[in-house]
Amino acid sequence: MSNQNTNGNGGATPRSLIVKDVFKEYVPGTPVLKGISFEVTGRSTVAIIGPSGTGKSTLLRCINRLIEPTGGAIHVAGQDITQLSGKDLRHARHYIGMVFQEFNLVERLSVIENVLCGRLGFTPVWRAWLRKYPQTDIDRAFELIEKVGLGEFITARADSLSGGQRQRVGIARAVMQNPDILMADEPTSSLDPKTSVEIMELLNEFSAVHDIPLLINIHDVKLAQRFADRIIGMSDGRIVFDGTPDELQDSHLKEIYGGEDWML
Amino acid sequence: MTTTVAQRKRPFKPNWLARMGWLLVLVYAIYAISALDITWPRFVDGLGNGAKFVGELFPPNFERWKLLVENLLETVEIAVIASAFGILLSLPIGLLAARNLMPPWASWPARAIICVCRSFHPVIFAILFVKAVGFGPMAGILTLIFASIGFIGKLFAEAIEEISLKPVEACKAAGAPFLSVLIYAVMPQVLNRFIGFATYQFDANIRNSTMVGIVGAGGIGGTLFASFQRYDYDFLCAILLSIIGLIMISEFLAVRIKAVFND
Amino acid sequence: MTKKYEWERFTPAQRLARFTIYLAVVIALVMSIRTVEVIPEFLYDAPEQMVDLFTRMWPIDTGHYAEGVHAALIETLNIASLGTVLALVMAFPVGLMAASNITKIPALNWFAKLILVSSRSVNSLVWAILFVAIFGPGALAGTVAIGFRSIGFCGKLLAEALEECDPGPIEALKAAGAPWPSIIIKGYWPQVAPAFWGITLFRWDINVRESSVIGLVGAGGIGVALDTSLNLFNWDQVALILLCIFTIVIVAEIFVTKVREHII
Repeated sequence: MSNQNTNGNGGATPRSLIVKDVFKEYVPGTPVLKGISFEVTGRSTVAIIGPSGTGKSTLLRCINRLIEPTGGAIHVAGQDITQLSGKDLRHARHYIGMVFQEFNLVERLSVIENVLCGRLGFTPVWRAWLRKYPQTDIDRAFELIEKVGLGEFITARADSLSGGQRQRVGIARAVMQNPDILMADEPTSSLDPKTSVEIMELLNEFSAVHDIPLLINIHDVKLAQRFADRIIGMSDGRIVFDGTPDELQDSHLKEIYGGEDWML
Repeated sequence: MTTTVAQRKRPFKPNWLARMGWLLVLVYAIYAISALDITWPRFVDGLGNGAKFVGELFPPNFERWKLLVENLLETVEIAVIASAFGILLSLPIGLLAARNLMPPWASWPARAIICVCRSFHPVIFAILFVKAVGFGPMAGILTLIFASIGFIGKLFAEAIEEISLKPVEACKAAGAPFLSVLIYAVMPQVLNRFIGFATYQFDANIRNSTMVGIVGAGGIGGTLFASFQRYDYDFLCAILLSIIGLIMISEFLAVRIKAVFND
Repeated sequence: MTKKYEWERFTPAQRLARFTIYLAVVIALVMSIRTVEVIPEFLYDAPEQMVDLFTRMWPIDTGHYAEGVHAALIETLNIASLGTVLALVMAFPVGLMAASNITKIPALNWFAKLILVSSRSVNSLVWAILFVAIFGPGALAGTVAIGFRSIGFCGKLLAEALEECDPGPIEALKAAGAPWPSIIIKGYWPQVAPAFWGITLFRWDINVRESSVIGLVGAGGIGVALDTSLNLFNWDQVALILLCIFTIVIVAEIFVTKVREHII
């Protein structure tokens, strides 16, 4: 393992993620995550690979507590997420951007309003209700939408867009939060190969510009090797590989996915 | 592609139609409240009365439970008989009203019957039938038969109009007589939905048969209205509770029956 | 004949269940017909009575419209509309409480469902009787009765629409740290808005029918005029009133159908 946690106090660096001994069991006695530990500091693209059902999605959702971890500690920007509740938890989530496999846009809202949804955590309810978003937010939303190449779709409804376009909106929404860390859960699984590459480039670009860690669940090993600085291989709820793309050998893949017939 | 500053100021074009709509609703509500002479003092008075009224409702008085049971039985009997005949009658009427199978001279009269049956609240039919056949459950049964025809007839006709015509053509091409076409090509496609409508209507008939008694058409409604007029509120409460109980049972049965026929 | 490939449409248990239902229906019907108290003497002169009724109804007393019907007709429409608005205002919180994906406390779900079931179980005429006892005769009692009667219908359908919402966008808003009122406004509301307007129109149509009869127990509207004419045996006026009710019900239905086509 290339990164070792020092003493578990979260080493209060901003833009850092420390995951320590995270356990999760949905059904008591059958853990899905069996003690996951790793650490990411500063700008770095980390790809998590592994077979379906091995707990990759669960791990990401534990980091922003969409799913409650059963045990362990998770420090984001120096703060232990697992100890928070209510308002503090919501506040912590403001700084964790997330991109989803199925885009998860509000279909009947316009592109710009979907992007502004990323600011809902910072916007008073009455402003959201009356669509009186602060002008600085609106300006930034315009900038981001243009940056992801959807300048002409600003007022289009989300359900009129193609898959790739929707994922761009999803990314703009996550970046709109000004996050300390960006997470993406299988962001390319519902897209064609060309669009997948474009989306990966976009994610990488944002993490570089904002100098934040990018954590991506991905099942496409080739894509992971091409874009990631670091690869974490998971199998059966455990980390079985943690290193650079160059270090990832066929033997590792065999251990992660089991068997070798699929690697032709 | 870049946008101008002016565009950025207005990312949401104001929907004047929607705003006018909301304003209209507000203005209407104020107008209606004043037109109906609803005032705050009356409302507050009412709340005071309401507290007193609720106080008199409780505890419910089940002393005359024999009368209660008799009335409930009559209510159920009315619903059962009316549902059976209503469903039987609405089969041919719904069939006649289906415009894709029937010529206009058959479908228009059937549609007119359904329309009349649907447009009047059952209690209006009940008034007319009480005049025709006198007080008692017979008036209630006739009322609910008409209500059933209105409801099931319409849904059944719509269901038939949505069916695939291919099997119908196939049957006709094979030279089958009209009745065989109905039995082999039309019925299989709509029978399940028809059973769904029928169970729903039985449930609705139970609800309505608790009410037709208010105008003298049999069932528990008569006793309910009488106890209301005699300020016999604790018995009224007992009646209401038993009605709610009866309807919950019927709703439960309807769900179970539908489950049996749906898998 | 080979028994091997015999295909049966239903399992024996299914057939037994169906048979039981058929049997129960037949028994219930036979018992009902045998025990229900119908006085045959009353039936013999039913045709005569009907003929008598229709001859008394003709000619229709159209002169009565201006003095006795018009105002009552308008009142009926007002009761129906205001009652619908009242119902929606009350049904919204109950619907939110009944939807198990929004309110995660089972006790509250059950409480809300109890409110919905009671509202639907009590007929509008019975609700009208109760509110006449509270507010005295008049349109106030009628409006509140229509409102209370409609809570169950609107609340149930609203709760169902909320439960059918796509959880994806909700998850995304939660991950962005949005407070719960914002999640409802921006996540749920856009998804249920079409259903909401459909429910409103549907219930208004029903309420026009119901508010035309609640006057029979003194709760305002055209039912009061009907009751008066019935008690005075003015059948020509009754005919006029029935014709008016028929007309507004049909007009309301056509209106609702047109608006639905327009918005959906």
